[in-house]
Amino acid sequence: MMSPPPSPSGPPPSTALRAEPDSPARPAAGARVVRRALVVREVGIVAALVLLVAVTATVNPRFLSAQSVKDLLLGSTILAILAVGQTIVVVSRNVDLSVGSVLGLAAFATGSLFVASPDLPIPVVLLAGVGLGAVCGAVNGALIAAARVPALVVTLGTLYVFRGLDYTWATGRQINAADMPPAFLRLGTRTILGLPVLTMFAIVVLVAAGLYLRWYSSGRELYAIGSNPDAAHLAGIPVGRRVFGAFVASGALAGLAGVLYAARFGTLDANAGLGFELNVIAAVVVGGVAIFGGSGSVYGAAIGAVLLVTIGSALPVLGVNPFWQRAAVGVLILAAIGLDRALSARLARRLRGGSGGV
Amino acid sequence: MRAGTRGARVIVAALALLTLAATACSEQSPGGGATPTAGAGTIKEGLKITFLPKQVNNPYFDTSDNKGGKVAVEEVKGVYAQTGPSEASPSAQVSYINTLSQQQVDVIVVSANDKDAICGALQEARQSGAKVVTYDSDTNPTCRDLFINQATAQGIATSQIKLISEAIGADGGEIAILSATANATNQNAWIEMMKTELAKPEHAKLKLVATVYGDDDDQKSFAEAQGLLAKYPNLKGIISPTTVGVAAAARYLSGSTYKGKVQLTGLGTPNQMRAYIKDGTCKAFALWNPADLGYLAAYAGAALASGIITGKEGDTFTAGKLGEYTVGANATVLLGDPFTFNASNIDQFDF
Amino acid sequence: MSDAGNQTTTGTGAWTRPLWAGLRSWDAAVLLGLVLVVLVGSAAVDGAGTPRFWRFVILEIIPIGLIALPMTLVIITGEIDLSVASVLGLTCTAFGQMWAWGVDSLPLLILVCLALGAVLGAVNGLFVTGFGLPSLAVTIGTLALYRGLASVVLGNRAVADYPPAWTLGSIRAIPGTTIPWAVLVLAALAIGFGVLLHATPIGRGVYAMGNNADAARFSGIAIRRTKFWIFVVTGVMSALAGVFWTLRFASARADNGTGLELAVVAAVLLGGVSIFGGRGGLVGVVAAVALLATLRNTLQLAYVPANTLTIITGSLLIISVVAPYVAGMIRARLRRHRPVSTTTPSAG
Repeated sequence: MMSPPPSPSGPPPSTALRAEPDSPARPAAGARVVRRALVVREVGIVAALVLLVAVTATVNPRFLSAQSVKDLLLGSTILAILAVGQTIVVVSRNVDLSVGSVLGLAAFATGSLFVASPDLPIPVVLLAGVGLGAVCGAVNGALIAAARVPALVVTLGTLYVFRGLDYTWATGRQINAADMPPAFLRLGTRTILGLPVLTMFAIVVLVAAGLYLRWYSSGRELYAIGSNPDAAHLAGIPVGRRVFGAFVASGALAGLAGVLYAARFGTLDANAGLGFELNVIAAVVVGGVAIFGGSGSVYGAAIGAVLLVTIGSALPVLGVNPFWQRAAVGVLILAAIGLDRALSARLARRLRGGSGGV
Repeated sequence: MRAGTRGARVIVAALALLTLAATACSEQSPGGGATPTAGAGTIKEGLKITFLPKQVNNPYFDTSDNKGGKVAVEEVKGVYAQTGPSEASPSAQVSYINTLSQQQVDVIVVSANDKDAICGALQEARQSGAKVVTYDSDTNPTCRDLFINQATAQGIATSQIKLISEAIGADGGEIAILSATANATNQNAWIEMMKTELAKPEHAKLKLVATVYGDDDDQKSFAEAQGLLAKYPNLKGIISPTTVGVAAAARYLSGSTYKGKVQLTGLGTPNQMRAYIKDGTCKAFALWNPADLGYLAAYAGAALASGIITGKEGDTFTAGKLGEYTVGANATVLLGDPFTFNASNIDQFDF
Repeated sequence: MSDAGNQTTTGTGAWTRPLWAGLRSWDAAVLLGLVLVVLVGSAAVDGAGTPRFWRFVILEIIPIGLIALPMTLVIITGEIDLSVASVLGLTCTAFGQMWAWGVDSLPLLILVCLALGAVLGAVNGLFVTGFGLPSLAVTIGTLALYRGLASVVLGNRAVADYPPAWTLGSIRAIPGTTIPWAVLVLAALAIGFGVLLHATPIGRGVYAMGNNADAARFSGIAIRRTKFWIFVVTGVMSALAGVFWTLRFASARADNGTGLELAVVAAVLLGGVSIFGGRGGLVGVVAAVALLATLRNTLQLAYVPANTLTIITGSLLIISVVAPYVAGMIRARLRRHRPVSTTTPSAG
């Protein structure tokens, strides 16, 4: 397996060994290089996004109309929230394949709650959805952290189990938009100053997660765990507890996404969220998060989500045969990981032997 | 490797192989369900009739099978079951058809995910004595005994074009179709008829600019409706002849700036569309009662299995409270004409 | 390594002996499970265990089995290939499109499809071994790319008018039984893969790579070349499964086989192959493929609804990884109480 790219929190130990014993400038330069690379990566995706939008808008100016932009933002909200949750898990060298099923469960639970008691306040339902998601995430996290079993396998299993539970609960029933309180549905379409309310949820989640991963030691420890689990363990990081927490967070965010899905789409059946997991991982990978953990940011993942959704909307407008869309996403993923690899190889060379400066 | 473990493994392997060999190499057990008595006028009791929709977690089929088919099967004192895959894939359906032919059911009522892919399995089922009735979405006529058509392609096409034309008004304009899956037999037949209908002089002002596919998936249909509006600034109307598609398109239009400006019609259920009729997003839409479809399909299958009809043109049978039906060309039974729902009658229905 | 003859060449000391023993007993456990399901199912469920039942089960097993064979090698080396179902789908559409263009020689069609599979697998191999990219991410990308290309080839159409000689021929039974002849092809390939993995230096190299890549490299094993060819073989087998799929269902569509990769990975993992690489065997995988298909069909016959089957599949997967951990814990606790054996070889 390839060695993981260096973590963003500083130069890897090997460099420190080779550096001159008393040159404090070295680590600072290294950190600067790392941070610049990260900025380059996120700037890269933003540039790709801007380019895509610009090209499409010149072909069809309606692409930038208020309605169209609102649709793009709304469409990427749910994927972005899922991508943020997935990033938290992926940086610790795990993966959560069950997010689609958790979303489906939470969405149907939301609908069922409203059907049972239409006067329930919206915040209560939000909490219920998030709570349900957190419970599912806790199941994942407990299995993975306690039994130290591979996340890929466990979340593949819970993908099936949660989906099966969702099917059994829903069995052919469908909750229609007519069954939901209008105030809740309005949440799905309302805008404040042009920005959809749902997108504000996503932005709050994004900023909160970004701050947590950057400024809180438990957040940064996730990166350490992803870079080198054994070293993290030896350094005294409570790996099991952190990984458990990461999965609870991913589950909770998937639950939130489920509630927002119910608000946006109104009509819910047992198939909500089916197949989302691959899109989420695609968004995360395109956004620059290393699949083996240790590096990447939630901001990148969120932009990756927006980029993927925009491609879906832009291709038909550009007159490209929509059958090319999936292939385009595939090419994008391959390009993204190729770029990441090239960047991190260059970075490693710089940190290992480059003489000072950036 | 310890000898004990290896020995145990060999024994277990041998056991497994022996078991498989013993069951596999014996004579094939003869198939056969209830043999129909020739010319009898009454439906046999105890017929096993199983509904196999495109996918089980679909509310449309929940209505047609559990609220229609089940009622009919209980009326003829048969044994009702509904089974099927959770995803609308042809290969998954084949697996269930194979199970049904092993379970020796008398009648399989199936809505096909693909016209040809399930044919082989259906033929094997018929050889085992099961009667095959398709409903909602047909297969190749050679592999089924009867097809219960909800409405003629002509009837649906005429009704849809008429509704969108009335909604848009005399000035006409560009229209688009939001369909289900691209391989669905019924959808393609209806779309072809709609194009023929549009070619008529009275619809000269209507122009079909696009056909997109929502795959009967709510979110995808929603996104496709969105895409249509983004791509065609002069779009005046959308026809969506699928309950999932029309509901998704209505929901999108209702929350967008296009509400009321871009007309919508299609085949939808009253419960799903009620809110949008009332808020003006959609003026009128059509459908039939899916429960009636399932009901008729069950009775047709029972009549087949009892020998009352053989599926050739001109055969007649009674379908409980729906009355008498005649088999038409190509072993097809027609349910009736589509029914139009609008603001004046939407509240009378509950499905 | 100066250990006594009990060690396999990939062992690195006393630590691996209990692990190896555990691996082999996993194969036995899966086989036992299969026998149990067969016996209990035939007794308890009407219709299970009959010749027709086996016919249907085997028809289902063939595509999954064909792909699970090379997937076992892939996972043992520590990689993964999630694009297999998309290779199957793209092959199906290529087959259908060529037929629609008028190519009517079956051997030619099959050859072209297999070659296509090899190319698709080589692309995966190139990205993973040539550029050093993680196989999980690469194959998620090629999963989307190949499936997308399948949509480009056939769009929304389905090609279904193959000659009955081909379609019926693909599922024809061996004379005197109800078993499809195609299972013989699967059996032969399974034996071939089994010999390759368990009895050749290449196979030992595969285990070495998965266990300890650096040690393997220093032992002179050509890691990148081996992995590359394993990906190529995976592509070819997926293409072969695609040809069978097209003829069996007599229908080529862009969405053929969607989701099959998860079923294959589930079967391989259930068969005792560790996702971390370096452990597992083909016997367990073949048994697991058979077990899952038999179980699913038996339960379907017993009127268990599709939703419950989904839950059962997921639970089996989870149990398959948690159980060894629990078993290991129990064994460790037992060992702590056992007296030290004088025949335990010293650590290498």
